[in-house]
Amino acid sequence: MVEARGVYKSYAGVEVLKGVNLTVVRGEVTCLIGPSGSGKSTLLRCINHLEKHDAGELRVDGHLVGYEARDGKLYELNDKQICAERSQIGMVFQRFNLFQHLTVLDNITIGQVKVKGVSPEVANVKARELLARVGLDGKEKHYPSQLSGGQQQRVAIARALAMEPKLMLFDEPTSALDPELVGEVLDVMKDLARSGMTMIVVTHEMNFAREVANTVYFLDGGVIEESGDPRVVLTEPSSERLKSFLSKVL
Amino acid sequence: MTTNGDDAVKVVPVRHAGQWVGAGFALIFIAMLVHTLFSKVPTGSVICHTVNGVRSCRPEVAWRFSWNVVGQYFTTSPVLQGLVRTLELTVLSMVIGIVLGVVIAVMRLSTNRLLSSTAWSYTWFFRGTPVFVQLFFWLYIALLYPTFSIGLPFFHFIPFTHIAFWHFDANSVFTPFSAAVVALGLNEAAYMSEIARSGLIAVDEGQIEAATSLGMTHGQTLRLVVLPQAMRVIIPPTGNEVISMLKTSSLASAIGVTELIGTATNIYSANYKIMPLLIVASLWYLIVTTILSVGQFYLERHFSKGALRTPPPTPIQRLTRDARGILMKFRTRRGVPANSVAS
Ligand SMILES: Nc1ncnc2c1ncn2[C@@H]1O[C@H](COP(=O)(O)OP(=O)(O)OP(=O)(O)O)[C@@H](O)[C@H]1O
Ligand SMILES: [Mg+2]
Repeated sequence: MVEARGVYKSYAGVEVLKGVNLTVVRGEVTCLIGPSGSGKSTLLRCINHLEKHDAGELRVDGHLVGYEARDGKLYELNDKQICAERSQIGMVFQRFNLFQHLTVLDNITIGQVKVKGVSPEVANVKARELLARVGLDGKEKHYPSQLSGGQQQRVAIARALAMEPKLMLFDEPTSALDPELVGEVLDVMKDLARSGMTMIVVTHEMNFAREVANTVYFLDGGVIEESGDPRVVLTEPSSERLKSFLSKVL
Repeated sequence: MTTNGDDAVKVVPVRHAGQWVGAGFALIFIAMLVHTLFSKVPTGSVICHTVNGVRSCRPEVAWRFSWNVVGQYFTTSPVLQGLVRTLELTVLSMVIGIVLGVVIAVMRLSTNRLLSSTAWSYTWFFRGTPVFVQLFFWLYIALLYPTFSIGLPFFHFIPFTHIAFWHFDANSVFTPFSAAVVALGLNEAAYMSEIARSGLIAVDEGQIEAATSLGMTHGQTLRLVVLPQAMRVIIPPTGNEVISMLKTSSLASAIGVTELIGTATNIYSANYKIMPLLIVASLWYLIVTTILSVGQFYLERHFSKGALRTPPPTPIQRLTRDARGILMKFRTRRGVPANSVAS
């Protein structure tokens, strides 16, 4: 589903990603762990083209991100094509980023109606279904500021799912939550994983990674230091860096 | 906090001596003001009556503020027409100001350097020159450009290629009124752009990211996500701008627009009733400002949706709440516990 081959990205001359290789299989959950500043968010943002990578090959569902290969040449996509690409990738942010001026229901329908051109009635039905799925039926008319952090994050997940994405990206979805609210969000994510959604999750929740992930990637200093089955990687890390990282987070 | 019957704890509010003294002074001042506003002064002439062959005389008196004259003119049709003119000027120039202001603010925030510096220069120029001069500039624009034509830029330098789609005579288009609308509107845009810009940058960047990640275009993100949220920040100062424009529009009288002040000037230059007519105009400004302030309150309330957990009460809600509060106070004084009245 996602293929990264030697992806580079720098900000103002500072290299953040230095040749990242990563493979995400369809229907699997991939966890991305690593110390702060190692480039985890940057990698996710490159995958849905919120940032443009400088070099290397990045493919989502077989298509090059941001380019189209025709007659042996690479053509940059125009804005409309990029928007269409992004609409098929859901993203959940650390700070929820729900639209503050819209009700919960409108937050979930706006993408369907304005981007996909779904009729408001159909979008509403779908939104209610999704709200029920994340355990928030009855909250349709609330504004985000009237919800707890955990509830907001679940709405954010529903908003992303409403676009029927083929891939979901989570950037530390539980880091901004009080400990007692982490569980409700992780439960929704586990449920989603079980339903066969392809997911890339940046997280510091090692238990979640161990339990749910098919593959774990350890990113450090802009390169993948280690990767593999979570039960192996997280219990018997081979690199010194991952050992010291795990001793800090666990 | 349970207060039941006689066991109720009596609360004695703190008395503030300084406040009482201040209130006393304020009361005296208000009394003086009201007194002088409605005082009468001798006009200098004398009124004499002859009753039963006895002639008695007393000096004639009249309102110091000529309220009778104010009343005479307050709703005359020239004054009302002037009022309508003032409202037209205010509305039209604010529409130009707001629309153009938002466009300039968006340009200013663009990553394109040429766009952002153009926007900056616009604000720099229009804020840096007096509106008074700008009014005359647009009135006399025909001195610089006798005709305007709309066609392809620079083509008139090449012989035989100049095709104008539309052209017009500057003198016939820039009447005093339209010159005033253009001048006030373009000037206002400079101020509005700063207000709009502060609103746009107040919107969290995460909102833009979320919109983008849903697949929205730049335009959709701006229209559906950023602008509605920026409104909360933009509305209050824009309300002030409208109120300020209401009065700034009086400058248009200098280029011959007969709005409120222009009308007042025309009338008092004929009959010398200067003060009464200025009072007539000022009262109208006060009335419109009051109405606008009420409108602003409801607009702010509307756009604060979602930003506040509980929206502020409307004036009517506040009144009923205050009334209930006062009622409760009286009842409590008479020995009825507070919580039996509440709910
Ligand atoms: N827009 C930007 N401009 C300049 N530098 C940036 C920008 N975004 C990220 N960086 C830098 O890139 C590096 C990697 O950032 P990134 O957000 O990807 O790290 P991260 O692994 O997600 O860290 P965290 O766990 O703290 O979220 C950091 O050093 C950061 O300062
Ligand atoms: Mg991050």
